[in-house]
Amino acid sequence: MRRFTWFNATALTLGFAFLYLPMLILVIYSFNASKLVTVWAGFSTKWYGELINNDAFLDAAWVTVQVGVVSSTFATVLGTMAAYVLVRVGRFPGRTLFSGMIYAPLVMPEVITGLSLLLLFIGIGLDRGIFTIILAHTTFSMCYVSVVVSSRLVSFDKSLEEAALDLGCSPFTAFRLVTLPIIAPAVISGWLLAFTLSLDDLVIASFTAGPSATTLPIKIFSAVRLGVSPEINALSTIMIGIVAVGVITASIVSKRAAVKQQQDEQAAARAT
Amino acid sequence: MAQTVFAPWEDPNEKPLIQFKNVTKRFGDFTAIDNLSQDIYTREFFALLGPSGCGKTTMMRMLAGFENPTEGQILIAGQDMAHVPPNERAVNMMFQSYALFPHLSVWENIAFGLKRMKMPTDQLTNRVEEMLRLTRLTKFAKRKPHQISGGQRQRVALARSLARAPKLLLLDEPLGALDKKLREETQFELMDIQEKTGTTFVIVTHDQEEAMTVASRVAVMDEGRIMQVATPAKIYEEPNSVYVADFIGDVNIIQGKAQKTSADGYDIHWADGHEPFHAKTSLGLADGQTGFIAIRPEKITVSADKPEGAMNAVKGQIVDIAYLGNMSTYHVKIPGGLVIKAQAANTRRLSRRAFTWEDEVWLSWTLTAGSVLSE
Repeated sequence: MRRFTWFNATALTLGFAFLYLPMLILVIYSFNASKLVTVWAGFSTKWYGELINNDAFLDAAWVTVQVGVVSSTFATVLGTMAAYVLVRVGRFPGRTLFSGMIYAPLVMPEVITGLSLLLLFIGIGLDRGIFTIILAHTTFSMCYVSVVVSSRLVSFDKSLEEAALDLGCSPFTAFRLVTLPIIAPAVISGWLLAFTLSLDDLVIASFTAGPSATTLPIKIFSAVRLGVSPEINALSTIMIGIVAVGVITASIVSKRAAVKQQQDEQAAARAT
Repeated sequence: MAQTVFAPWEDPNEKPLIQFKNVTKRFGDFTAIDNLSQDIYTREFFALLGPSGCGKTTMMRMLAGFENPTEGQILIAGQDMAHVPPNERAVNMMFQSYALFPHLSVWENIAFGLKRMKMPTDQLTNRVEEMLRLTRLTKFAKRKPHQISGGQRQRVALARSLARAPKLLLLDEPLGALDKKLREETQFELMDIQEKTGTTFVIVTHDQEEAMTVASRVAVMDEGRIMQVATPAKIYEEPNSVYVADFIGDVNIIQGKAQKTSADGYDIHWADGHEPFHAKTSLGLADGQTGFIAIRPEKITVSADKPEGAMNAVKGQIVDIAYLGNMSTYHVKIPGGLVIKAQAANTRRLSRRAFTWEDEVWLSWTLTAGSVLSE
């Protein structure tokens, strides 16, 4: 084990401060009694109470969750299919082009993605609202899903699928009964990634949202333009809390599963 | 009553279960299987033996239906298999990596193929239990594959592939992942199970000892062609080419010019100024043609003096001794620089060994000990 030196300690502190100080300030001021964001006037939870009564924020939150769940589900289905084709089906004409095109949205500036979708929706006369946000989010998050799932599929032992075929499965049944359960963790993390991206997204959503549906990031952004209110700090703190709980739970669960697997394997090796 | 020897390949009335008819398989420019024809019979334990890249795995994958021949036909029980997908073949395969489904228990792994057949539940349960008993896995039925040892996984893979009672079972390097001792035990288990179930087994292996132990016939392959197909004893005693002789076990190859001396007797002139070696073969060699004598180390006798009346004898010097416990291999350099390996059982204690490094010894063997080969 490495020794704990002053240099290490300083580097660690600075690094963590850089990452978490802004968030810490936000959390602290969400409990500020004063209406002025930068002046501390004692501890209070009143902004949380006001938040619950703010229908505009609650509506936006509900739209965001709906968009997140539906779009990440579509993105997961499409992204998994794309990944499967790219990894499993050998060479076919235009394979390189196809795989390049799948990953292009990853590096495409969001403004351009948003603008092009906006033009498309106007062109085909689709009214902007929750449906168009879902479509837009599905489009850009499916390539993230496809990256996550295909990296799992590359290390997937192809003979497992062959064994399923050999034991009487049709190719689709083999996928459903063998491939999918085994790659499920990657598919789930792909879904979570897509969901997070959808929750985060401001740029694409503001291009594709209509007056009938606004997502939370759009709402926060427009509210902040009129001045930062402690209410927004409270809302952001709640979001940080939800994300933190999610991430910590996921890592504890996967760590426990890994430890258990390792113990089982050691036990099996001893039993030989 | 005399026991009849199992040799359906010698019976002209026997119908083969598998027929390869002029099968060629190419991957791009690479020819994996080169115009190959071969029959395999019901209840056979047929081994495909060869170095990696010789096409043995491709042959097996074509039988399973994962690859289609580029040219030629494969028939199983008389039916052309060209457009039959793997899930509709009465063929099951045991994979080299075992390919056990990690998310299913041992029981569910074995039941997997039966469920696809829509077997009624009570029948299915009986069949799975029977398979568990056959492979001595009853205790482990509820475990997941990562909770059992390598040897047990191997048996699960075998049980799973046998559960559907296939006409033909393919085994791809089935024992490769096991250590030597377990491998030897499992070889006998495999033979036992093959006999009990009466299934035709085709095994792919690069381990010649394994092929010799388990198989009724061995096919030695090289570069997409079968070099020789015969019983293990015949392959060992009467290889048809230097390649086969060299691939199976240890062998000394002595090259020389052949000279016919009688109906089936030949002299092989291996070095100028030395007496030729004498050997018998049914092979027709022309006078002056290059011939090879292939002789196994254990068939050569090492002695201090020239044995009287020996058909073949040559003097040499010991350059190396490999002590293997039960026997020793002497590396003896004969005139012309060729090193001949000769094996002798260590019937006496090591300290009393008759020969040591640098000793001059005589090597001798009988007329029929070696085989004469032309290529």
